[in-house]
Amino acid sequence: MIDPESGPPIGRPDLESPAREAPAPGAAPPSVATAEAVPSRRAAGLAPGSPPVLVKLERFEGPLDLLLHLIKRDEIDIYDIPIAHITQQYLAYLELMRSLDLEVAGEFLVMAATLMRIKAKMLLPLPGVGDEEEEGDPREELVQRLVEYRQFKEAASTLQLREEERRRLYERGLLPGEDEAGPLPLAPATLFDLLDALSRVMARVPETTVYDVRGEVYDLEEKMSLIARTVAEDGAVQFATLLMRCHARAEMIVTFIALLELVKLGQVSVVQAEHFGDISIVARAPEERETDASAEPPGGA
Amino acid sequence: MPPRNLQAALEALLFSSDQPLALSLLCESLDAPAEAVLQALRGLEADYAAREAGVQLRDIAGGYLLVTAPEHAEWVGRLLRGKKKMRLSRAALEAMAIIAYKQPVTKSEVEAIRGVDSSAVLGTLLERNLVTIRGRSKVVGRPLLYGTTQEFLDYFGLRDLSELPRPEELRALVAAREPEQLEMLEVMAEVASDLPAGDSPHEVELLPSGEAGAADRAEELDHA
Repeated sequence: MIDPESGPPIGRPDLESPAREAPAPGAAPPSVATAEAVPSRRAAGLAPGSPPVLVKLERFEGPLDLLLHLIKRDEIDIYDIPIAHITQQYLAYLELMRSLDLEVAGEFLVMAATLMRIKAKMLLPLPGVGDEEEEGDPREELVQRLVEYRQFKEAASTLQLREEERRRLYERGLLPGEDEAGPLPLAPATLFDLLDALSRVMARVPETTVYDVRGEVYDLEEKMSLIARTVAEDGAVQFATLLMRCHARAEMIVTFIALLELVKLGQVSVVQAEHFGDISIVARAPEERETDASAEPPGGA
Repeated sequence: MPPRNLQAALEALLFSSDQPLALSLLCESLDAPAEAVLQALRGLEADYAAREAGVQLRDIAGGYLLVTAPEHAEWVGRLLRGKKKMRLSRAALEAMAIIAYKQPVTKSEVEAIRGVDSSAVLGTLLERNLVTIRGRSKVVGRPLLYGTTQEFLDYFGLRDLSELPRPEELRALVAAREPEQLEMLEVMAEVASDLPAGDSPHEVELLPSGEAGAADRAEELDHA
């Protein structure tokens, strides 16, 4: 909706109407047609080709919110609402919303009907003195609702202040841990996932027959510390990347066994974002790792 | 045997926790009587204040919690890089306020006050654990009743429900916002004296998870 304080001066459909118009008995009630005519006249005033009008919209939570806004804006006494005036303003706003192609929720229409019913009741001559006392002021129920709602809006404002204050106080543990840091929720990969990944990478590598007869080229412990170092430095390493760095199938296999050892020792975790997706090797969360610091990797495979 | 340096031990406990620690829990863990622990809490608070420490001791959601001092919020916020939870929307805050004051309350009662459908905001509040299901009303249809949680107190930094402004304080706030209606205050007090005082038609059937105590406090609030 239009924010009359900061918005451009379009859409003040009440400009012509006196603020505190009391429904005088006998006087011709302002018709709905008049109220609707205001925004459309305004719309007609926008010549074709004129620069687009920027309208700052305030989203009203509902019809009560809009009514409170009108009451506040026109400095109306909530306990003595000039019902003809407020109905006119209310309908003008609905019309404005419609002309701006905003969807008017059903609740707004129900309230429009309520307002018009109250207005009609106030204009009708009262049948008898006795009835008058029983009927009471037709506005009363609406006033009660508005007063109650306004009070809860105030309560909401105080909650908002408290929310803002509390947000400036940080308790421990708000920094996400390593496990939560990833962009995707990662499922633990099983040994079979690892084996699948191994066979996929192996298949990608063309089989080159290299007869390399150097003995003990690929040391398991060396591979283990290499993986551990890589993970520690980079935070994580892709399983495929790790294997692609290998020069021979034998080296891949030693790397793979080294990885299994590290997993067994709890020094790294293997995680997988999705089925058949790439497997990542990540460092264990610190609390899980603390007992492993002293563990010695066993020699040999 | 209580610890040799009770205040330091207390600080250690508070430091280790990311949620408010109840006095009873502190007493039990420290093997110390409540008066001694309370005195140590005051001592700790005074120490932090005296040296303008980066942390503060707060009394939140029925317990004691160490938090960063508000004047350093900017730096901590930068460290967290916006990983904090979203603020509640205006609509959610309204529903939250109604539930806090009127609990236990049904969805349709919330909607009657707000004048709009509130399913979505109620869903948000439930999801964020600010609101919980308290039971079922015994009125026709046995609608669910909602109430606030511990998390609600924590989120708004409230010690307990009695820290919410009382209805008459709210009325004064409303009046202060609209000075032209100050003279209406008396009339308001008369006309609206039952707002939001308890007219709860519910005979409550508590679910096992219901938080006893909070509802009583709401009652107290209502009758205050």
